[in-house]
This record gives sequence, structure tokens and C-alpha cells, in this order.
Amino acid sequence: MTDPYQGPLTSSPLLEVRDLSKYFALSSRWLSRIFTRQPRPVLKAIDGLSFQILRGQTFGLVGESGCGKSTVARVIVGLYTPTRGEILFEGQFVNQRNHRFSRASLHSRMQMIFQDPYASLDTRWRVRDIIAEPIRAFKLAQSRAALRNRVAELLLQVGLSPSDGEKYPHEFSGGQRQRISIARAISSNPDFLVCDEPTSALDVSVQAQILNLIKELQRRLGLTYLFISHNLAVVHHISDHVGVMYLGRLCEVAPKRILFSQPQHPYTRMLLDTIPDLSLTGRKRQPVTGEVPNPINPPSGCPFHPRCPATNERCRVEQPHPGASGESMVACHAVEENRLR
Amino acid sequence: MTINSTSGRKGGFGHWVRQVADHDVFYSFTRSPVTMLAAFTTFVIVFASIFAPWLTPHDPFNPASLDLMEAFTPPVWVEDGTWKYPLGTDDQGRDILSTIMFGNRISLIVGFFAVLLSMLIGITLGTVSGYVGGWFDVVTMRLADAQLTVPPILIALLVDGVARTTLPRELQEEMAIYVLIFSIGIAAWPQYARVTRSGAMVERNKEYIAAARIIGIHPVRIMLGHIVPNVMGPTLVMATIGVALAIIIEATLSFLGVGVPPTTPSLGTLIRIGNDFLFSGEWWITIFPAVALVVLVLSVNLIGDWLRDTFNPKLR
Amino acid sequence: MALLEVDRLRIEFPTRRGVLVAVDDISFSIDQGEVLGVVGESGAGKSITGAAIIGLLEPPGQIAHGTIRLQGQRINGLPNEAMRRIRGAKIGVIFQDPLTSLNPLYTIGRQLVQTITTHTDLTTSQARDRAIDLLNEVGIPAAERRIDSYPHEFSGGMRQRVVIALALCAKPGLIIADEPTTALDVSIQAQIISLLRRLCQEHRTAIMLITHDMGVIAETADRVAVMYAGRIAEIGPLRDVVKNPKHPYTVGLMDSIPVIEEENDELAHIKGAMPGLQEIPIGCSFNPRCPDAFDQCRRERPDLMPTGNPNQVAACWKYDGTTNND
Repeated sequence: MTDPYQGPLTSSPLLEVRDLSKYFALSSRWLSRIFTRQPRPVLKAIDGLSFQILRGQTFGLVGESGCGKSTVARVIVGLYTPTRGEILFEGQFVNQRNHRFSRASLHSRMQMIFQDPYASLDTRWRVRDIIAEPIRAFKLAQSRAALRNRVAELLLQVGLSPSDGEKYPHEFSGGQRQRISIARAISSNPDFLVCDEPTSALDVSVQAQILNLIKELQRRLGLTYLFISHNLAVVHHISDHVGVMYLGRLCEVAPKRILFSQPQHPYTRMLLDTIPDLSLTGRKRQPVTGEVPNPINPPSGCPFHPRCPATNERCRVEQPHPGASGESMVACHAVEENRLR
Repeated sequence: MTINSTSGRKGGFGHWVRQVADHDVFYSFTRSPVTMLAAFTTFVIVFASIFAPWLTPHDPFNPASLDLMEAFTPPVWVEDGTWKYPLGTDDQGRDILSTIMFGNRISLIVGFFAVLLSMLIGITLGTVSGYVGGWFDVVTMRLADAQLTVPPILIALLVDGVARTTLPRELQEEMAIYVLIFSIGIAAWPQYARVTRSGAMVERNKEYIAAARIIGIHPVRIMLGHIVPNVMGPTLVMATIGVALAIIIEATLSFLGVGVPPTTPSLGTLIRIGNDFLFSGEWWITIFPAVALVVLVLSVNLIGDWLRDTFNPKLR
Repeated sequence: MALLEVDRLRIEFPTRRGVLVAVDDISFSIDQGEVLGVVGESGAGKSITGAAIIGLLEPPGQIAHGTIRLQGQRINGLPNEAMRRIRGAKIGVIFQDPLTSLNPLYTIGRQLVQTITTHTDLTTSQARDRAIDLLNEVGIPAAERRIDSYPHEFSGGMRQRVVIALALCAKPGLIIADEPTTALDVSIQAQIISLLRRLCQEHRTAIMLITHDMGVIAETADRVAVMYAGRIAEIGPLRDVVKNPKHPYTVGLMDSIPVIEEENDELAHIKGAMPGLQEIPIGCSFNPRCPDAFDQCRRERPDLMPTGNPNQVAACWKYDGTTNND
């Protein structure tokens, strides 16, 4: 977090998240709950997340299934209301009750692209209408001609042709559909884009095209990204800063190079070890143990302790809090107590 | 997965015809002789009904044109029959053929508009239930469940009866058809609501809906613009079969005497009238309307079956 | 003699618009105990090839010509009953989704025992003992207890281990694994891959590993076959194909995978996309996207030909012998 930002005037982050938490109450039968006298089970999808994203940068959020990264995306973008914590955009609280800066005025400035290219477009709408939907909603076009031109321009920007606007989504491949999604997302001139695993469902060569497009658009339009993925190599390629999540909590946040070269949290180290060795160096791997636990019933204390090679008694009992460690932020007792390496 | 024929280029009517002819749905249609026959039959019936006032040799609803002397004329191929009344006449001298054509008209009108009403109510309630959920969903679905325990005919009968007692006498004859449409329409909405609701529940979790919500589009616009077009498919198939069912219900109600007024007889009325004379020899008064009813309902049903099979992704 | 020999296999889908060719004249072999990785993007035809080998090709797909031999015996075109006996006993299968590979209504013990008794002469109690041994081998903790659990009581990774146990229980000589780790978390993927590799080394079982994930191949395979648009573009030893690819498609594919050791602003990529079955170009099917394409590529379709490296063959006119290669 103390990484000096070499950019224009502002050094305050575009997006900041403080103690962000989202709990889901799981309904079990009301009657059986009365009989067994059990409290309503709660799924803590994300718990106490804090990080910042500077303007023009990409923050990569990485983790396995059940870690809550998709929930983070949806809370930030407004699809869920947070249970606790604050979201700040350009330093202002994003809060329904604060009418000076309500969620509504944010809509055009914060957009999202999704993982599934097949479910992210309405199959009954023409592509030009799909892309025009945000423009119409925010009344950004002065006339129908202006709208047409804008849609054509957007299609060109994402590498498609203006005549593609007349077609329907099913006429396109997965990669092309993602381009259409991207065109829709940038049509309202947003500042901030949340990318929820946008290339996970694509073939490798198509993935490369889309990642290049995403990077190019960032350069050209000055976008800021929150990029979510489970693929470490992709996150490495595209991010400036990286956050690692496990069972709803942030384990480690660091600038990319530091995270990948000097990982501190045991889970980060374990994750990096699972990256396939495509250069066939034959490097030694540390054996990985255990499975990701059920998020509804997480382990006590530090959620990673059952799988961690550096567990001690404190880890079983007490949840670690994020603390600075060099240029990284790490939530780990072993790191805090200097017990690692 | 359907193989797309063309991209959406504008190319005029000929292009559109080629697109339709090329489409998989049309292909499966031409491969099914039964369906083609059913469609042809329905088309003939519909055509005849629309142009009935001009096509029929006689006007069965005009009491002045009836001649009691011509009552009980048998069909043309039986002794004593004439070409003037090809299918014979009933007890009041009405030409059976003309009455069947007008009766078809009533059946089709009632069937079509009743289903339209059901769909309107069902799709609206179902979409809101499925998309919004909450107490609205609970209440609507329990209502639907409750109504589904009662057979549609009884519901129609009930609504019809209530209408009769509330409407003043003079209006009853005029309003009969609207009451009929309303009662049959009300009887059938739950199934459309159910189907639409499950479709809406599936669609609302899809990312394109999330994308629309992120831009802040109003839920009503989301439902109308995104959800309804995507969930309507199965209801259209149900609707076709529903028309057949509605026609049967109308015929039943008319047969029971609580449908259309006897001066504007529908197929059901005719069947009832003819029933009294079935065993005294004048069989044609019942049999022909009955056959017409069966043919109409069967044709519509077969089209519905074909539609259902064509659009069933699992069967392809 | 190779364990599995596929010779000029061609799989077609007759449609009303004509015949679509999903797999076009491919030939390859797998030796005893060898792991062949079959890699390709979606639509390349790799899954269909696997399905054809085990006789699970879904109609209207059909094998138009070609032969598949297992230990010298022809197995394509066998009647269903004969194929059923081969499946399980001689060829084991692992599919992508462990949720649907196991019957949710029976305990895993019952499914294992059933498979073992069907394909071997063991009695039920002997089969049960063997099942427990297998579960221990694949790393299911407390196997004697868990053998009576239902599939839904296991996590995804555990389920896939059970599926591996099922595939191995009749001691087949060959296992066809179709995307066995794609549905799993990365940390579990690594575990399952190393398990698969270890077991197959111990039992001397050959694997045909079908996947789009080059990383999985790099960890497991001895040889690699790269498929593109229904044809094999390149086959060779793992090291050679990965570090020194010969076919331009393989080169492009390897270049477009982001690697941590490198820092690039832009990822190399192949322009365009793999053609659908209806749009396969004349000549070499990769020619519209190939940076090295020349005239012959647009006219004639290349077969696999030697590339200078003895064990590595590629279907590319660059290695024709009459033309210069690097």
C-alpha cells in the first residue's frame, strides 16, 4: 500500500475498500430451527477486506473457488449491499443514504465484464442494442445518428466491425462475445471496470487476444481495473498489484513483482507452487495438502491453519489481522512472529 | 443447436422467404406430414370462419330467414336431402353447414382470446413472481396452487355462474361471449404463471441481467425487455394446446346450456340440440358438429405437439 | 506392438446441409505405460476422438473410416455387448465432471464393487477389499469408513479421486482421461495430476490425456499430440513439442500462454479463431491464420511429415524436404 504512484496529480486511490464484509443468511427450515435451537447459519462470503486501487492501475484479485472473489466484485459494483464496511470511490463514500454521491451516480462510471460469454448477453437482442443499452440508460447520445455512430465506434475499438451490430449473439464465438461485453462496458465512458474472470471460459489463444485488448483499452482510455481470476499466470501478466484471497479474507496484498518473487503468506507460496512448469525446468514442488474447506463451516482461528506447514497454537485459535511487512500487507501470525524461513 | 442460415443483412422479402424456408423449424415442419395436414386443416377452418358471412349459403342467426318447413332435412346424400342444405337442417330449419361455420367462428374467437387473457395474466404474474420473489411470489404461487386443484371447467362454470347472477338480464346475451372468454381465461392462468416463473428464476441469475442492473435499469424495464422475451417460448407452445382446450371448455359450457346464448349457437350448442334427436333418426344434427369439433381440436392439438417437439432442445 | 493404434480415423456428422467432418484422417499410437497428451482448443476434435475410441460416440456422429486397434485387435465397429466388456476391463475412462460420473444414488463402495465384480473373477467380499485398497491408493482418508458414503458427501477433488479409483479397479491397460482436472481448483488440480501420474507409473497403465490446458500436459505427458480443426498438427516428445515446436500453430499456442518468468506488455497471439466445422479452409486448415503460409499451403493439405527431429512430426509444408526449413 505504500507503493509510490508515479502518475498525474492525484495520489489518492480511485477505489478504496475498508473492512468490507458480506454475510449471507442461509435459510434452514424455520420449524426445525426452533426445535434444534440452532442459530441461523451464516455464510461469511467476505470478511473484513481492505485494499486500495490507484487510478490507471490494475488490481488483481486471485483465489480458488469459495474464496469470495466474485462476491467482492458484486458488492463493489452494487449488486449486493455490504453487511459491513465502506466503499469509497474517488474519496467519497458510496452509500445510499449519502445523496451527494449515491449509488445511482456511480452507475455510469463503474462497469463490469463477466466470466460466461454465453450468459452475459441477452440472446434475443441485437448486438447494437446490447451495446447501446447503457448509452440509452444514461442518455449519453444526442440523436439516433449519434447513437449509431457511437456503437460503430465501440465495435471498432474492440476489434469487431460495425456491421456486426446487426447480428445476434449466437452468431459469434466466445471470444467475440467477450469483445461485445467489453464494448457494452466501456460505452458509458466508465473510469473503473471490474473484470470477473473474463478469460476463464476462453481458449488459450483467444484469451491472449482478449487480455491484449483489455490492456490496450486501459492505455487508451485511462481505465482502472479490478481483475479477478484463479489463474496466477494471467494475473501476473495483467496486474500491477495483487491480492490473494482465501475463504473470504485477504491473505496478502503486494505489488506484483514482489508477490511473485517474494511471497510471504504460506497460502500464497502454496498457490505459486501450483503454477505449471511450462519451461520444463523440472523444479521441485512442495507437496500440497488438504482441500479448500466449506465456507459455511470454516476452521477456527486462521482459516488456512489445517493446511499450513507453519501452524502453531495461536493460529488455531486467533484470526490473524493484516499487517505491513516490507512492501506487502500480510495477514499471518507466522510472518508477524518472524517464524517463516 | 440450430445452424444459422444467414447473418442479419437487410435483403428484402425474397431474402426473408429464403431465411424462413431455410430455417430448421420449417424443415422439421415439412418432414412431418401429419403436422402439415393439421396445419392445412386449421387454415381451412380459420379461413372459412373468417369469411363465413360471405361464404355461407344461409344465415343461421337470422330468425326471419328460417323456414320451419325445412326443418329436419337430412344431408344431401340421404334420400330427401337437397343441395340447398348439404349437411341437412336442425329442428328450427337452420342449415347445419352454415351453423358449423359460424360455430367454428365462435369457438375460435373464444379459444383465442381466452388463451390471450390467460397468457397476459399468467406471464405477468409469473414474471414478477420469478424475478422479484418475496411475499408476492409466495402469495401468487399459493393462489395458483389452490386454483390448480379445481378442474378448469368447474372454474369456468363458477365464474360464469357468478357473472350471470350479477349481470342484469338484458346484458346477459350481449355479454355472454365476453363472460365466456373471461371465465375460461381466468381458469387457465396458473400454468402459464408457473412456467414463466421458473424461466424467470433461471434468467434472473444470468449475467446479462446483472449487467442491466449494474447500469441501474428499472426492474420493470428489465422484466419487460429482457426477462419476458426469454421466457415466453414455452408458453407459446402451451398456448397452442391451450386454444384446443379452451375450445373444448366452451363447447362443454355451451352443451350444458351456460355458454353462448341459443340464438347464436356454437358447436357445443348444436351438439346439445342434436342430442335430443340422436336416437329418433335425425343423427346429422349432432354428428356433424361433433365431427367438426373433433377435427378442429385435433388439428390445433397436433400443431401444438409439433411445436413442443420442435422447440424441445433435448429431443434434437 | 503399440497398445493402442489409431489409423486414418475419420469421424463425420451427417447433417441436412451436408457432411461435417469432425476428425479428419488422424493416425497415432500409444505404447504400453506411456502418457500421450492430446492438446487442442475447443472444437479441435480431441474429445470426439476419445469418445470414438471407447465406443461412446453419440449419433449422428459416426466413424466413416479408419481403424482403432487395442493390442492388435480391432475395436471400432464392435457390437455394443463386446464394447461394454472392453470398456472398464481394457480401457478405463475419466471424465471431466466428477459430479455426473458417479451415480448419486449408490454408495461409492457399491459402484466400485459392481465394477470390479463385472470385469474380474473376484467375489463380492474380495472385491470390497480391493476397493478399500484402491481408495487408500488414491488418497481417500479413512477408506474403510468412507467406502459406504455417497458421492455428494465428498468434495470435488475427492470425487475425482474416486473416479480415478473406479477407472483403475479392473486394471485396464489404457485410461482415457478427458479434461480430468478442468473442473477442479488449482491446488487440487496439482494433487490429482501427480496422483494420476504416480498410479499409472506404478500400474504401468497408459493414459490418453485429453485437455486444453498445456500446463497439465507439461506436468504429466511423455508425448504430446497437438490437434487443430480435426487434424493432428504435430506429435512428438513432450520436451521437443513444448520447447521447440515445429508447427506454426503450436508455436503460436505456446507463445500465447502467459508465463510468469517473462514480462511482456503484449501477449503474442494468433489472429482469428479456429474455424467451425462448416468453414474449414481448403489446403492446410491453419493457413488463413498462419504467419508462414505460402502458396502450397492454400492448395494442398499436408500430412504429418518428419521435421528433422527424429521423433517429432508436423503436418506442415515447411518441412517438405523440397522447401527450406530452419
